[in-house]
Amino acid sequence: MEFIISIFLSGISVGGQYALIAIGYTMVYGILRLINFAHGDVFMVAGLAGIYLTAALPLYLSLPLVLVLTVALGFCIERAAYKPLRSAPRMSVMISAIGVSYLIQNTATYITGGQPMTYPTIPFLSDTVTIAGTPTKWVTILTPFLVLALVLALQQLINRTKVGMAMRAVAKDFETSQLMGIKINSVISATFIIGSALAAIGSMLYFTNFPAITPTAGALPGLRAFVAAVFGGIGSVPGAVVGGFLIGICENIVKGTDFTVFSDAFTFAILILVLLFKPTGLFGEKITDKV
Amino acid sequence: MIEKKNRKGAYTALLAAALVLLAVIVLENVSTFLPKEMVPGVLRPTSQLFSVLKKGAVYSLAAVSMNLLNGFTGLFSLGQAGFMLLGAYTYAIFTVPAAGKDAVYYLFGGSAIKFSFQDIFGALFGTGGAGGAVSLVLGVLTAIILAGCVAALAACLIGLPVLRLKGDYLAIATLGFAEIIRAVFQWQALGPITNGANMIQGFPTFSSFNITGADGKVAFRLSTFVPFLVAIVCITVIVMLINSSYGRAFKAIREDEIAAEAMGINLARHKLLSFCISAFFAGVSGALFAMFVNNAQAKVYTTTMTYEILLIVVIGGIGSISGSIIATFLYVACSEWWLRFLDETMTIGTFQVPFLRAGFRMVVFSIVIMIVVLFFRRGIMGDKELPDLWKKRPRKAGKEGAQ
Repeated sequence: MEFIISIFLSGISVGGQYALIAIGYTMVYGILRLINFAHGDVFMVAGLAGIYLTAALPLYLSLPLVLVLTVALGFCIERAAYKPLRSAPRMSVMISAIGVSYLIQNTATYITGGQPMTYPTIPFLSDTVTIAGTPTKWVTILTPFLVLALVLALQQLINRTKVGMAMRAVAKDFETSQLMGIKINSVISATFIIGSALAAIGSMLYFTNFPAITPTAGALPGLRAFVAAVFGGIGSVPGAVVGGFLIGICENIVKGTDFTVFSDAFTFAILILVLLFKPTGLFGEKITDKV
Repeated sequence: MIEKKNRKGAYTALLAAALVLLAVIVLENVSTFLPKEMVPGVLRPTSQLFSVLKKGAVYSLAAVSMNLLNGFTGLFSLGQAGFMLLGAYTYAIFTVPAAGKDAVYYLFGGSAIKFSFQDIFGALFGTGGAGGAVSLVLGVLTAIILAGCVAALAACLIGLPVLRLKGDYLAIATLGFAEIIRAVFQWQALGPITNGANMIQGFPTFSSFNITGADGKVAFRLSTFVPFLVAIVCITVIVMLINSSYGRAFKAIREDEIAAEAMGINLARHKLLSFCISAFFAGVSGALFAMFVNNAQAKVYTTTMTYEILLIVVIGGIGSISGSIIATFLYVACSEWWLRFLDETMTIGTFQVPFLRAGFRMVVFSIVIMIVVLFFRRGIMGDKELPDLWKKRPRKAGKEGAQ
C-alpha cells in the first residue's frame, strides 16, 4: 500500500512538472504550428541558472532572477531563430528549433565542462514530510496545487484579457488576425514569455526532486512533456495539464514494475497510439486540411 | 539524344568514383611503401585524416539515406538513429566469431546465437590465406546486407501505421520509435542476444581488411578503402533509384501529395517504399558505423545523432545528394580535425586567447550551423547536384527559389 501511495505521489508531482513544461509546447504549437524542440533545453538552462545564481546571491534574489533570465532566453530564441523564418516552410522552422537545441546543449557543455551539476536544496521545498506512512519531500505535495493555481491564472489570462483574446485569434487564423490589426509578433513573444516562465518554475520543482543537471537533462523531460501536450490535445492548455499528470503517473507506474528500462518507451508508445487513433488528443479541436 | 547524354553522365560518374577509390588506396598506402622518415605526419596511419575519411564515408551514406526520405520524398522522419542502431546490432550479433562470443557475452553465459557468418564461410573456404580473406569478405558482406534488411523490415512494420501521419507528427512518432528501439536493445532480458546495456565488440572492423605480411606487419592497407567502397556502391544505387520512375514519383509526392495522387501515384505504397529503402541504407550505415567505432552500443544511437545527420543534410542542401556528401566530409573534418584547436588553450606571447577551452569547438560549430539554417537556407548545393554546376544555364537561374 505504501508502495502504491509513493508511486502515485511521485507520479502526480512529476506529472505536474511535466504539465508546466507542456503548456509551453502546447501554446507555441497552437500559435506557430511549431514543435519547439528547444523548449526542453530552456528548461535545462533554467536549472543551470538556478545553480549558478543561488551560489552567488541569496535565495530571495536568485529565484526571481532565474525567472527573468529564462524569460529573456525564451524571448531571444524566438526573435533570433524563429522570427526570421516566419514565411518559410514549416520544416525550416523545425530544423531551426533543432539547431537552437543543439546550440544550447553545446553551450551548456562548454560552460559546465560536461560534468553533472547538483541543484541546490531550496529550503522548505526539499524538507521531508510523511504522508500516510510514506516519507516524501514538500515539493511533491506542493506541485499539484501550484500547477492548478498557475493554470487557473493562465486560463483567466487567456479568456479574460486582451492579450489572451489576441492569442486565441492568432491561434485560430494567423493571417486574418494580422489583417484585424493584431500585432502578431508581440503576441508570439508573449506566448514564448509565458511558456518560458512556466518552464522556469517547473525547473525549480523538477530539479529539487532530480538534482543532477547535465547538458542533456532537458531533452527527455522536454520530450515527455511534448507527449503530454499531444496526449491532451495540442493547442489546449487544460489538455496539456491533464496529459502531464497522466503521463507522469503512467511513467511512475512503469518505473515501479520490472520494466524500468521501458518507462520512456512506454511514454512514446502512448504517443504513437494517441497519434494513430485520436490525433487531436483528449481536448484538441479537429482541424480539417483544405486543398 | 537524352539517353546518350545520360550514358555519358553515368560514365563520368563511374570514372569519378573509381578515381576517388584509387586516390583513397594511394593515400592510405603511402606510409606502407615509403620509408618512415619520408612520410608526412598527415599520412601516417594514426593521422586524423583517415579517421575523418572513414567517418565521413559512413556518415555520408547515413546522410544520403536520410536525404532520400526527407529531401526527395518530403517525409520528415527523425528515426535515422534507430535504424542505424538496428543495423549496427544486427551486424555485430552475426559477426562476432563463435570463439569470441563467450568473452563478449560473459555476463549472460554465452550468446544465444552460436554462429557467425564468417565462421560459416570459413568452413567452406578455409580460414587461412586466401580462403580466410574470401570468408571474411563474404561474411561481412552478408552481415551488412542482413543489417540493411532487418532495418528495412522494421521500417516496413513501423511505416504501415506511422506513415499515415503528416509533417511534424510523423517526425515525432519516428523519433519515439527510435527511442523505443533503443530501450528494447538495452533490456537485460534480451541479454543473450544484445548483451544488455553492455557493448558488443570483437567483430571484424575496417582494420580487419588490412593485408598483413608474413612478419605480422601491415603490407597493404584497405581499412579506409572498404567504407568508401560500400558507401559509393550504396549511394550509386540511391542515385539510380532517384533517377528512375520511382524517384520521379517520390519527388512528385514531395511537391504536392494531392496532385501526385491525382496523377495516379499510389501514395501509401511509394511512401512505404521510400521509408523502407531509406531504412535499409541507414541500417547499412549503422553496420559501417559499428565497424568504425569497433563496438555496438545502444546508448550511442540517440536523438542527438539523428539531429547531427539532419543538420548535415540541411547544410548540404535538402534534395541534393552531392550536397549531402560534401557537407558530411566538411562537417566531420571540422568537428573532428580542423576545429580541434578551439578546444585547447592558446597563448600568444603573454596574451591568453579568451574562451578557448574544452567544448568551445562545438559552440562555434553550432553557431555556424545556426547561421546556415537561418541565412543560407538552401545549404551548400540547394537542390542542385555537382554536375549541374558545370552546365550552361540561363542567367536568371541562380537566385530564384532562394526566398
